[in-house]
Amino acid sequence: MTPNPYLWLIPALPLAGAAINGFFGRRSSKTAIVTVALSFCGAAFALALYMASTFSSASAPYYLDLAHWIRAGSFQADFSFYLDQLSLVMLLVVTGVGLLIHIYSVGYMWDDDGFYRFMSYMNLFMFFMLTLVLAKNYLLMFIGWEGVGLASYLLIGYWFTKDSAASAGKKAFIVNRIGDFGFLIALFLMIKHFGSLDFTRVFAAIQPMQPETAGAGLLTSIGLLLMVGAAGKSAQLPLYVWLPDAMEGPTPVSALIHAATMVTAGVYMVARSHVIFERAPAALTVVAIVGTLTALFAATIGIAQTDIKKVLAYSTISQLGYMFMACGVGAFSAGIFHLMTHAFFKGLLFLAAGSVIHGIGGEQDMRKMGGLRPYMPWTFATMGIATLAIAGIPPLAGFWSKDEILWKAFNVSAAYWLIGVITAFITSFYMFRLMYLTFGGEYRGAVAQEAHGHDDNGHGHGHGHGAPHESPWVMLAPLVILATLSLVGGFVGYGNRFEHFLAPAFSGATEVAQEAVPTAAESTLEHMLMGVSISVAALGWLLAYLLYSRMPMLPARIAESLGGLYRAVANKYYVDELYAILFVKPVVDGSTTILWRGVDQGVIDATVNNSADSARHVSDNLRHMQSGNLRSYAGWVAAGGAVVIAYMIWMGVR
Amino acid sequence: MVPLTYYLLLSGILFTCGVLGFLIKRNIITIFMSIELMLNGVNLSFVAFAAHWHALSGQVFVFFVMVVAAAEATVGLAIIIAVFRTRETLNVDQVNLLKL
Repeated sequence: MTPNPYLWLIPALPLAGAAINGFFGRRSSKTAIVTVALSFCGAAFALALYMASTFSSASAPYYLDLAHWIRAGSFQADFSFYLDQLSLVMLLVVTGVGLLIHIYSVGYMWDDDGFYRFMSYMNLFMFFMLTLVLAKNYLLMFIGWEGVGLASYLLIGYWFTKDSAASAGKKAFIVNRIGDFGFLIALFLMIKHFGSLDFTRVFAAIQPMQPETAGAGLLTSIGLLLMVGAAGKSAQLPLYVWLPDAMEGPTPVSALIHAATMVTAGVYMVARSHVIFERAPAALTVVAIVGTLTALFAATIGIAQTDIKKVLAYSTISQLGYMFMACGVGAFSAGIFHLMTHAFFKGLLFLAAGSVIHGIGGEQDMRKMGGLRPYMPWTFATMGIATLAIAGIPPLAGFWSKDEILWKAFNVSAAYWLIGVITAFITSFYMFRLMYLTFGGEYRGAVAQEAHGHDDNGHGHGHGHGAPHESPWVMLAPLVILATLSLVGGFVGYGNRFEHFLAPAFSGATEVAQEAVPTAAESTLEHMLMGVSISVAALGWLLAYLLYSRMPMLPARIAESLGGLYRAVANKYYVDELYAILFVKPVVDGSTTILWRGVDQGVIDATVNNSADSARHVSDNLRHMQSGNLRSYAGWVAAGGAVVIAYMIWMGVR
Repeated sequence: MVPLTYYLLLSGILFTCGVLGFLIKRNIITIFMSIELMLNGVNLSFVAFAAHWHALSGQVFVFFVMVVAAAEATVGLAIIIAVFRTRETLNVDQVNLLKL
């Protein structure tokens, strides 16, 4: 462990940017806002690059004890930072992709009234995310964890005058609270049993413990509770419902927070806690099952969505499911690898979708797109690369990471692998469906409708948008860079180099067993499985091509013949409705009848109002004593005197 | 030697007359005089007790009461004159501005 005095600067720089823009942005020019936001963010990225360049396995990990925070008895939690291989990968992803999305936002949000507010929130998010990634103990990590939740809330509800955006923000926040509850209890358990939240100390205490095989023990409980927290933040079953709604936020937010960085915090946390999970096989199995089911579940919903961002949202949930599957089978480095490549291509997909939405004046419904390829060639090209990457076509980034996960999953159970492959097929299908609907065929938007004399059912864009147009270079540049990363990003995993790089962070991981040189049979098997996943990806592409390019009438007929099944998928399996009945309605009804009408109005208000009322009645009667008539006063004085005398006599008699 | 009881009876009668006049009379001067009557009824009982117990404090106290009564008369009469000047009446029932 090497002390590194500059570590604190990485989160602090974006915080400074957020503060400057937040406090002074309203009165400064947009150029100044952009300069501040980008330079502080860029400085953090530069510093992260510098750290990476000086990083060597010998000196790693870096740490910095910045300041004391909580010292209570033997328990202590400080503002201290920690940089090992795992956090370095996260650090580069967050600052790098974050910087690109900041640049993109300049173009995307330029005309928005709250430009300074947006940039300030984005920088604030960077600060919290970097705190989360660089924290040396669970408590500081939790600060970042909650902070990114706050930034997410602020940015989902960024257009807060829109009711749906405000509710989506609240939904995200509340659903995340459920997960955070589990996380907190896990932290309490750690404090109780290990007396510390510091990573090194907790893990040192756990290291000598044996894996808990039979039933649930302490580590299993901690692991499961941590998984509850991760499921909330990373939108896994059953807490994924907030992520699709989070698409109400501006598209750069969806790209940065709800695809590339924040939602992967759960994966990072599970990977960081690998020492705990390795000794809690039951918890690890739960992680794998939750991840696998989420991957399949979300992918099927993605098929029937018509909102371009919703498709990507469900795709994100599905890909996060892959990452958890990887962690669940003990392949933490494969999960982190997919996290990184996913940040590239999913960030790119969202940014390209944003470019499309921007280019046709705010429309998000894919049924009103189509034929956009000649209008926006750059967007098409970059989005095409991202689609190839996520579908798992070699040699793009997604292929390497997804295949790594599938191979590791196969080694644990063929069931995980099978579901993973099915999901890969569905992923490929809905992504190419998105591409064909958006860029293929003819333009079905408002302008084209008028040209064809169809009834323009008043889907008012109202921005004076004419024909679809390509986005400015400030938005295209990040697209191109991310496309390059999606193209070549997978090669860092070639020959398990990525895994070896991360190995020190996961030292003692179960992967050691798989480190053995693969036998010839294993190698053949791996290549066969690779062939299977490539062919399902191609099959998905082919199916999408047939349905959405060759025979565009067919999907509607298929949907019709499927009837109830299609409606269930299109309505997201009615999960939101189910949650509304199971959880929201009882809470609302209980609050209305018991807490509001019963306790608040019946007890608290009634006490205050009744005492005020009775005081008024008594005074109302008493005020008639003040008649102004001197003789009545005299009478009262005399009566009072008489009472006093009578009392004294009575007392005297006794 | 007149017994103490007689003094006390007379004192009680004087005090009761004062109270009744205080309550019944409408003329403010009469009310004023009723108050003096009550004070003097009390004074009588003071001196009677003082004589009976051969203690001087009762008589001293009467002097205090008389001083206070004199001061009260001064202030009271001044107020009465002021009231009469503004309202041209001595009837207390017509001096009833101080009410809700």
